[in-house]
Amino acid sequence: MHLAYPAVLAVLLFCVGLYGVLARRNAILVLMSVELMLNAVNLNLVAFDVWLRDKLHAGQALTLFTIAVAAAEIGIGLAIVLLVYRNRGSSDVDRLRDLAERPDGSDPDDGSDPNDDTPGRPRPDHRAEAAA
Amino acid sequence: MTTTTTAVLVPLLPFLGALAGLLLGRRAPGFVRPLAILPTVAAAALAVVVAVSQGGGAGAGKAPVDAATRLTPTGSVPIDLALHIDGFAALVAVLVAVVACCVQLYSTGYLRDDPRYPSYAALVSLFTAAMLLVVYSGDLMVLLVGWEIMGICSYFLVGHYWETEAARSASLKAFLVTKLGDVPFLFGIFALAADAGTFRITGILKTVAVGGLDHPTLIALLLLAGVAGKSAQFPLHTWLPDAMAGPTPVSALIHAATMVAAGVYFVARLLPVFAASATAMVVLAVMAAVTMVGSGLAALAQDDIKRVLAYSTVGQLGYMTGALAVGDRGAAVFHLLSHGAFKALLFLAAGVVIHAAGTNSLAAMSRMRGLARRIPDAYWTMTVALLALAAIPPFAGFFSKEAVLGAAEHAATGHPTASGTLAAVPAAAGWTVLLAGLLTALLTAGYAARLWLLAFHGKGPEPAPDHGKQPLVMNTVLWVLFVPTLALGLATPVLPDWFDGRSLTPTLTTSVLGTGVALVGALVTYGAWRHTTALAARVPLGAVAVDPDAAPADSEERAIATHAAAYGDNAGAPDPADPGRLLLGPLHRPAAVGFHLDAVYTALFVRPVRAAARLVRFLDREVVDTYVNGAGTASRWLGAAVRRAQTGNVQTYLGALLAGSFVLAVAVVLVATGTGA
Amino acid sequence: MTLAAASHGFLSPTGVEIAFLLVGLVTLGAAVVTVTTKQLVHAALWLVVALGGIAVEYLLLTAEFIAWVQVLIYVGSVVVLLLFGLMLTKAPIGRSENADSGNRWAALIVAVASAAALVWVVTDAFRTTWIDLDGAVQGSTEASGRSLFQYWVLPFEALSVLLLAALVGAIVLSRKNDDRERSDGSERPGSGKQSGPREQSGSREQPGSRERPGDRARLREDQG
Repeated sequence: MHLAYPAVLAVLLFCVGLYGVLARRNAILVLMSVELMLNAVNLNLVAFDVWLRDKLHAGQALTLFTIAVAAAEIGIGLAIVLLVYRNRGSSDVDRLRDLAERPDGSDPDDGSDPNDDTPGRPRPDHRAEAAA
Repeated sequence: MTTTTTAVLVPLLPFLGALAGLLLGRRAPGFVRPLAILPTVAAAALAVVVAVSQGGGAGAGKAPVDAATRLTPTGSVPIDLALHIDGFAALVAVLVAVVACCVQLYSTGYLRDDPRYPSYAALVSLFTAAMLLVVYSGDLMVLLVGWEIMGICSYFLVGHYWETEAARSASLKAFLVTKLGDVPFLFGIFALAADAGTFRITGILKTVAVGGLDHPTLIALLLLAGVAGKSAQFPLHTWLPDAMAGPTPVSALIHAATMVAAGVYFVARLLPVFAASATAMVVLAVMAAVTMVGSGLAALAQDDIKRVLAYSTVGQLGYMTGALAVGDRGAAVFHLLSHGAFKALLFLAAGVVIHAAGTNSLAAMSRMRGLARRIPDAYWTMTVALLALAAIPPFAGFFSKEAVLGAAEHAATGHPTASGTLAAVPAAAGWTVLLAGLLTALLTAGYAARLWLLAFHGKGPEPAPDHGKQPLVMNTVLWVLFVPTLALGLATPVLPDWFDGRSLTPTLTTSVLGTGVALVGALVTYGAWRHTTALAARVPLGAVAVDPDAAPADSEERAIATHAAAYGDNAGAPDPADPGRLLLGPLHRPAAVGFHLDAVYTALFVRPVRAAARLVRFLDREVVDTYVNGAGTASRWLGAAVRRAQTGNVQTYLGALLAGSFVLAVAVVLVATGTGA
Repeated sequence: MTLAAASHGFLSPTGVEIAFLLVGLVTLGAAVVTVTTKQLVHAALWLVVALGGIAVEYLLLTAEFIAWVQVLIYVGSVVVLLLFGLMLTKAPIGRSENADSGNRWAALIVAVASAAALVWVVTDAFRTTWIDLDGAVQGSTEASGRSLFQYWVLPFEALSVLLLAALVGAIVLSRKNDDRERSDGSERPGSGKQSGPREQSGSREQPGSRERPGDRARLREDQG
C-alpha cells in the first residue's frame, strides 16, 4: 500500500481536528477535536510501524500508550470542564477570558467572569462580590 | 601688640560678634546687645589705635603697613591674605567703625521691640566687618570677598521689614543692581591681575607706575561698572533711593560708612590704575556730573524724608567720584569722611523725626505744628548737619566740598598740582566736575533748605503728635555724631599728612563761588516756601496712620507701608504746598520718579528678560514637552495596540501560535530544500 | 523500497488501497462533520463514525489489536464520557447557532494552510514509498502482546500509574464539595475552595457570593 494514503489521511484528520480546536466554542467539542488530532497521530504511528516492520513494534506500543494517555486526558479534561461549568455556568471556551488585561477593571461578559479554573487556584471572591 | 595684629583684629572682632550673635541670638537674648555693641566699639578703638600709630602716613614719610600670608596657591596668580594700611585705609576704617558703633547703639533704641533684632544686629556687625575687610585688605580677591558679603548683607538688611512689599522689592533690587555691576567688576579684577601678575594692591600699583598695564581703559571701565553699582553712581544708582525701605539705622550705615563708601574707596585705592587711562577719567567725570545734577533735581521732588537724604547721598558720592576724576583722592576721601559723619547724623535724626511725626512724608510733616519743639535734639543736630550738607562754612561739609571743587579747579585751569604725580588729568574732566559741582551746590542748598523748612516749620491746624521722649541712647548718638559734623573742618591742615600730602585748604575762588551759590539756593527755596506755605493750610493732606505709642521701628515700617497707599507713590506726593514743585516746574514729575530711569530699565532689561522667560517657558512647554509627551503617548498607544492582542481567548492565542509555527515551518522547509531563493 | 516502488504502479491501486481510500473518505467526512455540525450531540455521534473508521484503517494496516483497542476505548468509553460531559454541562439538544466561536475564519485559514503545507511535504517525501502488507501480520494480538510485555513492560506499568493518577484527579476535580462541612478543606485547597451552584445545602458557612455567578448563570439559561 502506498504510504502516502495513511500519511495524507492522518494529515487531513489532524488539520480537521486543528480547525475544531480553534473554531469550536463548547469546551467538550474542543476535547472531541483533540481526540481527532490524537487519532491522526495514532494512525501515523501505526502506518509507519507497519511500513518499517519494526522488531520492537515501537509504533504500536506507542499507539497504545497514546490511547491510554488520551483516555486519561479526556477524563481529566471533562472533570475540568465540569468544574468550570459549575463555577461559571458556561463551558464556552471563548468566554473564559480572565487572562485578558482589563485596564478599566470591568468584567468582559457581564459578571459571569471567566477564570482559568485550575484546581489549585483560589477563586477571586471579591470579583463575585463586586459583580453582585 | 604690633600694628599688624591690631589691624587684623579690627575686621575680625565684628565678624566674630556677628557669628556669635547669629548662633546665640535665639537662645540667649540677653547677650545680643553686648555682642552687637562691644565688638564694634572695640574695633573702633583699635581702628583709632591703628590710625594714630599710622599717623602721618605717606606725608610724614612713614611707610604703609604691609603684611601678607599666602592664602592659597592657585597655580597662576596667587591669592594672599594681605593687609595694606596707608593713611586712607586707617582713616576710613576709623569712620566705618565709629559710624557702625553709633548705628549699633542707636539700633538698641530704635529696634528695641523688634523680634528680629538679634539677626539684625548680627548682620550689621557682619556688614561692618566686611567693610573693614575691604578697607584694610591688600589683596583684590580678599577685598572682593568683603565686597560681596556687603552685597548680601545689604540685601538682608534692606529687606528687614520684609512684610511690606516695598521692602521686599527694594532688597531684591539692591541686590540685583549691585550684582549687575559686580559681574564686570569681577572681570575687571581678573583682567587687572592678569596684566599685573598679582592680586596684591602694592604689586599692581608698582606695575602701573612703570606703565605695565596692557589694557588700562578696558580694566578701568570694567572696574567702574562695579564701583557705579556699589557707590550708586549713574546709571546704577536706582537701588539706593528704594533701599530707604530698610530701617533708618541701616540706611545710615549703608549711606555713611559701608556700602556706598566702598566704591569710592576702591577707586581711591587704585586711582593710578584709573589715571592710566584718560578715557576712564573722562567717563568718571561725566558719570559724576550726571549723578550730581540729576540726584540734586530728584532730591528736590521727593516727599519721603529718607528718599531726599538718599538722593543727597547719591549727589555727595558724585562729588567724591568727581574728585577722583580730577585725580585728587585726598579730597575724595576727605569728603567721604565728613560726609560719612554728617550723613549718618542726618539719617539717624531722620529716624527720630519719623518716629516723632509718625510719618515719613514731608507733605504730612509740613502740616504739623511744632514738630521741632517735640524733638529739640534732633532739630538742632539736623540743622547743623543740613548746613554741613549745604557746605555752609564753618561746618565740615564746607571744607571737604571746597577741597573737591578746588581740585576740580586745579585740573580745569591746568594749575600744577601740589604733588604733581597725577598730571594726566584731562582739563575737560576738570571743567565738567567744576561746573556740575557748582550747580549741585545750588541744588543741595535748595533741597536741604526745603527739607528743613517742611520738616520743622510746618504750619497747620494740628500739633505734632506727642510720642513722649525719644530714647536717650538715640539722642546721645546724635550728639556724638554732631561733634565731627561741626568740627571736622579743623582737621583740614592735618589730614594731608595721612593722604598724598596735597593741601586740602579751600581756595578763595571756589569758596566764594560755592558758598554764594549755596546761599542763593537756600534763599530761593525760602522764598518759594514763603510763597507756597499759605497753600498748605488750605489743602489738607497726609494721614498719619501710626499708633503714637509704637516703637520707632514699628512706626517707620507702618509709614513705609502706608506711603504708597496714601499718596499713590513711594516717592512723591501731590502736594501743591511743596516749594520743590514751584522751583522745578515741569521738571517736578520726572524728578520725583528719578527721571524715569526705572522705566528705562524696565524697557531695557526687565521686559526682554520676561519675554525671554516666556519664550523659554513656551519652548519648554510646547516644544520640549511635546517630545516628552509624544514619547509617552506613543508608548501608550503602542501598549494599547499590543494589549488588544491579549484578548484572553485561548483559541486566538492558539491560532496565532499555530499560524506562526506554520510560517516558520514553511520557511525552514523552503530554506532546507533550497527553493526559497 | 526503491524496488517496491518499481513493482507498484501508482495508478493501479490494489484492493486494500481502494478500501483504505474509501474508508478514509468516510472517516474524513465524519471528522469534518464532527467539527462543523451545529448539533452538539450529533458531533459526538459523528465522532464515533470517525473513530470507527480509523479502527477500520488500523485493520487494513494489519494492526488488529490496536483496532480493537481503538474500538473499545474510544468508541466505547471516550465517546460515552463525552456524551456524559455534554449532558452534565446541559448542552442544548438540537441546533445551536453559536456552536462556533468568532475566530472561525482564522481557524479555517490556519487549518487549511497547515493542511496544504503538510500534505505537500508528506506527499513530496513519501510519494515513492510503499508499505508491504503481504508479509506476516504486524499487529496481531500475539505480536503486540509479545513486544509489549517483552520490551515495553516498564513503560506499561508506569502508564498504569499515570492512569491511576488521572483517575484520582478526575474524581477529586469533579466530586461535589461536601467535605467542607466535615473538614476545613485545607488538605485539598483546590477542590475545597470550589463550590458549585448545585450544592446549596453545603454552603452554609459561605454567604451567597460564592453561589451567585452560578445562580445567575442558571437564571440566564432559563431565560434563554
